[in-house]
Amino acid sequence: MEATVTTGSKEKVWGGGNEPLNASYGKMMMWFFIVSDALTFSGFLAAYGFSRFKFIESWPIADEVFTHFPFLHGVDAPMYYVALMTFILIFSSVTMVLAVDAGHQLKQKKVIWYMFLTIIGGIIFVGSQAWEWKNFIKGEYGAVELKSGRILQFLDASTGERVALADFAKPLHGERTTQHANEGVWYMSESTLPSFSVEEVKAGFEANHNIVARTEISDEHGKKVVLSREETAERLTQATMVVEGANLIHNEYGNRLFADFFFFITGFHGFHVLSGVVINIIIFINVILGTYERRKNYEMVEKVGLYWHFVDLVWVFVFTFFYLV
Amino acid sequence: MAHAHESNTKRIWVVFGILSVITIVEVILGIIRPEALEAHVAGMKLLNWIFIILTIVKAYYIAWAFMHLEGEKAGLRWSIVLPLVFLIMYLSFILLVEGNYIHDVYHDGFISWDF
Repeated sequence: MEATVTTGSKEKVWGGGNEPLNASYGKMMMWFFIVSDALTFSGFLAAYGFSRFKFIESWPIADEVFTHFPFLHGVDAPMYYVALMTFILIFSSVTMVLAVDAGHQLKQKKVIWYMFLTIIGGIIFVGSQAWEWKNFIKGEYGAVELKSGRILQFLDASTGERVALADFAKPLHGERTTQHANEGVWYMSESTLPSFSVEEVKAGFEANHNIVARTEISDEHGKKVVLSREETAERLTQATMVVEGANLIHNEYGNRLFADFFFFITGFHGFHVLSGVVINIIIFINVILGTYERRKNYEMVEKVGLYWHFVDLVWVFVFTFFYLV
Repeated sequence: MAHAHESNTKRIWVVFGILSVITIVEVILGIIRPEALEAHVAGMKLLNWIFIILTIVKAYYIAWAFMHLEGEKAGLRWSIVLPLVFLIMYLSFILLVEGNYIHDVYHDGFISWDF
């Protein structure tokens, strides 16, 4: 029966209801969508690889960027949180496939329970993603941007540990307040000022003799090159602005393309998870209402399951290329 | 479908176990980054090759077991997987080679990008 699926005796070939691949129309269309979406994501990830290869020696080190764990302030915990997020997503995939399995056996109660767990897992994941974004946008140590657009990060010469701007910048008098549109001549305003000015960072650098800077460039061991006091002083004359955190234009962690791709790819993925949660909730309500029980067919659960696994599959790749490699 | 009413619960938990173990190994390697795996093999760090291969193994289990490609007809399965595999390899190849070339242009050119 593997080759001959068309049941010529019952229906005409073009009469509909003909499933040469043993997959219903809806499932087939879900696969069409998944294949095209997979190509979209691979386009993004390949573009990320392109930019990374272009700036291979100056690319930020992910382990130094994502070091936060909830409730552990100041503890250097690279990767732990994102590993936890990966687990949550994989586990929600497991509960989803268990829901599909229960659906095949027409066990409504089990489907409800497993879909509920899946939705909770998805919500936790999206929340964690938002938390990662918050930390990334807020920044940790602060840095100085030079005329060339490069970033200088500061560290303690004796310990080699990163130092936050707040720990050494010297507050100078001469208050500079944010210009708001309502007090400007014509509609002039500006974005929020950083906590310190370039002058304050320079003064703090002069006053603290153990502060040195490091560049974006990595040496052959993958460590960022640390400048001497004199080199730092010379570089600081080129400083144009203080950068705290990351946005689409400035990025205290190094190459700004890193931030752009981070926002774009994890954002696009996060949006997929969010829509997955919404679709799951719709199907969940239908399961509770008994729609599929009356139909004696839980294929809708299987279709959203395919989408949900796909989102998990994409995350596996994002995790590898953003955090591991 | 013949498999429709039998339970695959055992298979699901086995696959979950495999995925968890692979993820744990990845995270441990990512945190320690053993010195021995820093060697370059075929233009990339051995560690990065390990990460990418483990990722593909994970992708295989998710697609085959969770998305149930192993239960679909071979025609459907391969018309989904092969175009993706081919196009992604092709796209990555041209973009990475091009990125590498631009890197060399920046690096060997007479313009300083870092000042």
